[in-house]
Amino acid sequence: MLVLHRLLLAAPVAELVDATDLKSVGRKAVPVRFRPGAPQLVMSPLVVKNLTVYRGERAILSRVSFELDAGRVMIVTGPNGAGKTTLLRTLCGLVEPEDGQLCWRAVPCSFRDPQYHLELAYLGHDAPLKMDLTGRENLRGLVGLRRVIGPSDVAMALREMQADSFADRAVRTLSAGQRRRIAFAALGLMGATLWVLDEPITNLDGAGEALVQTALSRHLSGGGMLLAATHQPLGLDPLRCDSLALGAARS
Amino acid sequence: MTVSKAASSWQAARIVLQREWLLAVRRPAQVLQPLAFFAVVTAMFPLGYTPELAKLRAIAPGVLWVGALLASLLALEHLFREDASDGTLEQYVLSGQSLTWLLLAKTIAHWLLTGLPLTLMAPWLGVVLGVPLTAATGVMGALALGTWTLSLLGSIGAGLTLGVRRGGVLLSLLTLPLAVPVLVFGARATELAITGDSPTGALYLLGSLAVLGLTLAPLAAAAAVRIGLE
Amino acid sequence: MGTNWAWFHRFGSPPHVYRLAGLLTPWFAWPAALSILAALYGGLVLAPPDYQQGEGFRIIYVHAPSAWLSVMIYAVMATAAGVGLIWRMKVAHAAAASCAGIGAWFTVVSLVTGMLWGKPMWGTYWVWDPRLTAQLVLLFLYLGYIGLRSGIDDLGRADRASAVLALVGVVNIPIIRYSVEWWNSIHQAPSVMKMAKPSMPMEMLVPLLLMFLGFTLYFAAVMLVRLRAEILRRERSASWIREALR
Repeated sequence: MLVLHRLLLAAPVAELVDATDLKSVGRKAVPVRFRPGAPQLVMSPLVVKNLTVYRGERAILSRVSFELDAGRVMIVTGPNGAGKTTLLRTLCGLVEPEDGQLCWRAVPCSFRDPQYHLELAYLGHDAPLKMDLTGRENLRGLVGLRRVIGPSDVAMALREMQADSFADRAVRTLSAGQRRRIAFAALGLMGATLWVLDEPITNLDGAGEALVQTALSRHLSGGGMLLAATHQPLGLDPLRCDSLALGAARS
Repeated sequence: MTVSKAASSWQAARIVLQREWLLAVRRPAQVLQPLAFFAVVTAMFPLGYTPELAKLRAIAPGVLWVGALLASLLALEHLFREDASDGTLEQYVLSGQSLTWLLLAKTIAHWLLTGLPLTLMAPWLGVVLGVPLTAATGVMGALALGTWTLSLLGSIGAGLTLGVRRGGVLLSLLTLPLAVPVLVFGARATELAITGDSPTGALYLLGSLAVLGLTLAPLAAAAAVRIGLE
Repeated sequence: MGTNWAWFHRFGSPPHVYRLAGLLTPWFAWPAALSILAALYGGLVLAPPDYQQGEGFRIIYVHAPSAWLSVMIYAVMATAAGVGLIWRMKVAHAAAASCAGIGAWFTVVSLVTGMLWGKPMWGTYWVWDPRLTAQLVLLFLYLGYIGLRSGIDDLGRADRASAVLALVGVVNIPIIRYSVEWWNSIHQAPSVMKMAKPSMPMEMLVPLLLMFLGFTLYFAAVMLVRLRAEILRRERSASWIREALR
């Protein structure tokens, strides 16, 4: 899966950049950021322009633009009510924007494009779990809509998040942190390139936070992308991180 | 990370059906309550009207149909509500599968868990209203088609009322007028079955409603759910 | 965005529609008033009493046009809602919103006048006549639409959700009408209900047609006024409003 994704990610690069260049920098070639001003040869895989969202008469987001390269993180910050969650949900096609364009892998597309959705995974504020099902069953239901997975895949994903000890209990009986771990196990299995996470490390204990950090780092070094709204530092390599401040800059 | 291929629409639909089944097994009350409601409502009519079976037989089609209508509405309230609040519907939208298709799968699951049991129950409830068991096939045929169309109509209403506080009453107000043709044809087919005539004509009309509903309702329901999730 | 679309959006922009509606209103209102007055005179004074129903038939001059409007307004509302949904045109949603109340009101008028007509004809205020029944269901559809609109706080969502409902309703209305007539033909002896409809004499027919015209024009005028009010309400923070109201 990842091999495929890396190939896909590299495709526009390989077309435009000299092949020797690519080889010399190795895998790092993908996340290279072009200096502003320099002619931009490669478009970032995710380009969002002029995103404007109204709720009633109030502009929640006005003309938000950003780009995200493979292997990089965009941290969305801002005070409560600045529109962080709205930004993430709009990006996922859950909220209809008033205006705004999306380019995914250099192709203009709709926020509701199913192909784009297949490469995107979203975890909201609460883990999207069914209270009456066990973690394992939830995992199958969440991931099974997207790809074919077997019990061994599920078991491995749960083990990676050290969730196997409670994976067979009804989610109702689990703590918020445990639920988050299950949700992250699902996220890993979905095989998406772009992770859109709302407050990813709330409710997690120290060990859980470390596990999530590992998962996020692995996702990034595999060429994945991360867009996260958060108040807490995620503990990721600062060189990979950009930030998008909402609220303050808005007029 | 494993190498796995994308799920086809059929596999996704199977996942939805399995999940709904599991949930129903874990919480049987949600399946049983509409059935109990249907039984209680039907039992109220002889108490409120007359114990004479001959008179009850005359109003039996209406009683059975209004009872089934209200019982399915009761169940429809939960069709999307929990899924919306726990984020399941968002994951449906983002799954890369057609939302229309997934919601259709969900509606089928809903019918299997409410419409079908109501259908199977109706002839036995008919007995207390003086309906002979010989009419069972006609009664069940009509209710099977009718509750199916109701589930489809209700999926639109349930989607539209997602963002509405205390949407239950509104759901009834939206769905019941739309269900008038189902009620008319369904009750007529039941009546014909009870009097021993052939209900085929009315069943055909019900069947065409079911097909029309199948073609249009999931599209409207998907549009409604998208709006409701915002 | 092509030039056609630019034109479309300018045409559908709130200030433009607000001005246009204001200009058009008198062109509908005055003809409406004139034709309704003329039709009233023709219908209540000039037309002879009906040979079967006597003076009571005159209520048809209110009943029939109201019934016609109640259905037509639903169609207009659904069309506006569809345009709003497909082309994301806010003014179309505003137009649909301003239709609902008028449509529901004319449905009530047609029901009440139908019942008043029914009292001398049938000896009771309510008979499950297919047309009355269909009007009753139509009223429920309108109430559902209005209920859904007022149940959703966010305007954009209320617009789109109610638009979906209006479209579902417009597909359903013919089916409902057909099923109700089918139901009635089975359960009622048709001879009781079917009013003998001999060709109307000219003195009766002309005022009736004039009344249809007058009611339709009246609807157009009232809708435009309500549309302006709706636009003002929705755009109250926009800068063009201050200039428009100066």
